[in-house]
Amino acid sequence: MSLTSSTLERYVDRISPVHALDARVKVLMTLGYILTLAFLPNGEWAALAGLAGLLWWGVWQARIGLGLVLRRAFVALPFALVAVSLVFARPGAPLFDLTIGPWQLTASDAGLIAFISVVIKSWLSVQAALMLIATTQVVDVFLALRAFRLPTVLVAVMAFAYRYLFVLIDEASRMLRARECRSAAHHGRRGGGSIGWRAAVVGQMVGTLFLRSYERSERIYVAMLSRGYRGEVRTLDTQPLDSRDRGTLIGVLATLALIIYAALVW
Amino acid sequence: MSESIPRPALAVHGLRHVYPDGTVALSTIDLTVAAGEKVALVGPNGAGKSTLLLHLNGVLRATAGQVAVAGTLVGERTLAEIRARVGMVFQDPDDQLFSPTVFDDVAFGPLHMGYPRDEVTRRVAAALEQVGMAGFERRMPHHLSLGQRKRVAIATVLSMDPAILALDEPSAGLDPRARRSLVTLLQQLPQAMLVSTHDMRLVRDVFPRMVVLSGGMIVADAPSATLLADAALLDSYGLEAP
Repeated sequence: MSLTSSTLERYVDRISPVHALDARVKVLMTLGYILTLAFLPNGEWAALAGLAGLLWWGVWQARIGLGLVLRRAFVALPFALVAVSLVFARPGAPLFDLTIGPWQLTASDAGLIAFISVVIKSWLSVQAALMLIATTQVVDVFLALRAFRLPTVLVAVMAFAYRYLFVLIDEASRMLRARECRSAAHHGRRGGGSIGWRAAVVGQMVGTLFLRSYERSERIYVAMLSRGYRGEVRTLDTQPLDSRDRGTLIGVLATLALIIYAALVW
Repeated sequence: MSESIPRPALAVHGLRHVYPDGTVALSTIDLTVAAGEKVALVGPNGAGKSTLLLHLNGVLRATAGQVAVAGTLVGERTLAEIRARVGMVFQDPDDQLFSPTVFDDVAFGPLHMGYPRDEVTRRVAAALEQVGMAGFERRMPHHLSLGQRKRVAIATVLSMDPAILALDEPSAGLDPRARRSLVTLLQQLPQAMLVSTHDMRLVRDVFPRMVVLSGGMIVADAPSATLLADAALLDSYGLEAP
C-alpha cells in the first residue's frame, strides 16, 4: 500500500465539535461558504477578512492545524494564476506598462484588485473544501449527497470509484514492479530498447489494466446479483438532524448571508 | 421454517450446462446436500466447480435439469428468494466487498431483501460478531488484511440468513494463522455448505463429505476420509493427499 488515502484522512478520526456535526450540515456549510465567496464583489477586503476569520475559527475548532490547511490549499494557486490576465484586461486607471516582444500591456488598478480578489477567493474555497474532507468521512459525504436527492446512480458511481481506486492503484503498481524486475541490461550494452518500443509496452500495460478492471467489474456485478441486487441501489434511510446540527447550520448560513449583505449594501 | 421432514438444503437433478460456444461445462450433475451438511467440491481447474456453484443462485441458467434450494426451484420467478437462500462468496474478496465500508457491504443483502433499518442493523451486528469482525463496521475494506476481508466477505452473506453457503476457494492465499481461524469459523457455522477448494487439508479438517468433479461430471462422491485415503483416485484426478 504505497499510495493510500490522502494524508488529510488521518484527521478524520479525531474528536471535535466540527467532526461531530452531521455530514449533511458540513456539506451545506461548505457549499454556502464557496457560493458566498463566488458572489462577493471584488475588492471587498473587510468581507474577505470576515470570511477568512470564520473559516479559520472553524479550523481551530476542528483541531486540525491551520498551518496544514493553509499550506495544502496552495495547490489551487497555479490555477488561480490564470487570472493574471485580469490585471491587463480590466479597464481602469493605468498603473504600469509591460512590454513583451511586440505587445505592450498596461496594468490597471481595477484589474489588480480583481486579480488579488480571485486568488484569495480560490485559496479560501480550497481551504473550505479541505476542511470538509479533513473532518468528514468520505462515506458520510456520499450519504449527505444522497440525502440531498442527488441521483443514487451518481452517488453509487462515486462510491465505487472511491472503493476501487486503491485496488486499481495496487494493481498498476504491481505491474510496474514486475516490469522493473525484468528491465535488465546486458553488461556493456545499453538496455531499455527504443522509445517506440517502450511506448508500446506502456500502451499494452494500460490496455491490460483496462481489461483487468473490466473483468473485475463483471465479477463485482455477479457478486451484487448474488446478494439480491436488481438494478436499484438501496441504502439505509437517513436520520433527522438534531438541534445542535440545525443550530450550527442556521448560525453559519446566517453569518454568510450577513457578510454578503453587508458587502453588497455598504 | 418448522417442518417435520427436513428438506435438503440443495437438490440438483440432471443438471447440464453448455456454454454458447458449444463447450459442455457440466454434463448431468446429480447432487443432494442435506440441511447443515458440509460438502467439499474438489477437482482440477476447469472441471466445472465454479460453473456448478453459479447455478445454485441462478447467475448461470441450466441448459437442462433443475436445481432446488431448500425446496424452491431455481427459476426466473424465484430468483429474489433463491438469492437470499444461497450465500455465494467469491474467491477474491475485492470482488465481493464493493462498498466503501464494511457496514455498507454487510448491509447490502438485508437492504435488498427489504428489511427495515433496525433489522438491517441487527443482522449486520450479528453477522460480524459471528465471523469475529465486530467493531470493524466503519473500516474501509481496502484497509483490512486478506484474512479479515475473507471473513467480512462471509459475513456479507451470513447477514442474509442463507440455507446454504457456496464458497469459492475460501482458503486461497491465506497465511497459516488466517487459514486456521477460517477452519474454525467454517466448522462452527451451522449452515449447509458446498465449498470449492484445492486445499485438501481444509477438506480433511472441515468437510466430512467430498465430491470430485472432473470434465463436468461427478466422478466420486463419498466420505472425505475414504477418498483422501485412496491414493490412486487422488492421483488420477491430479489431487494430492493432505
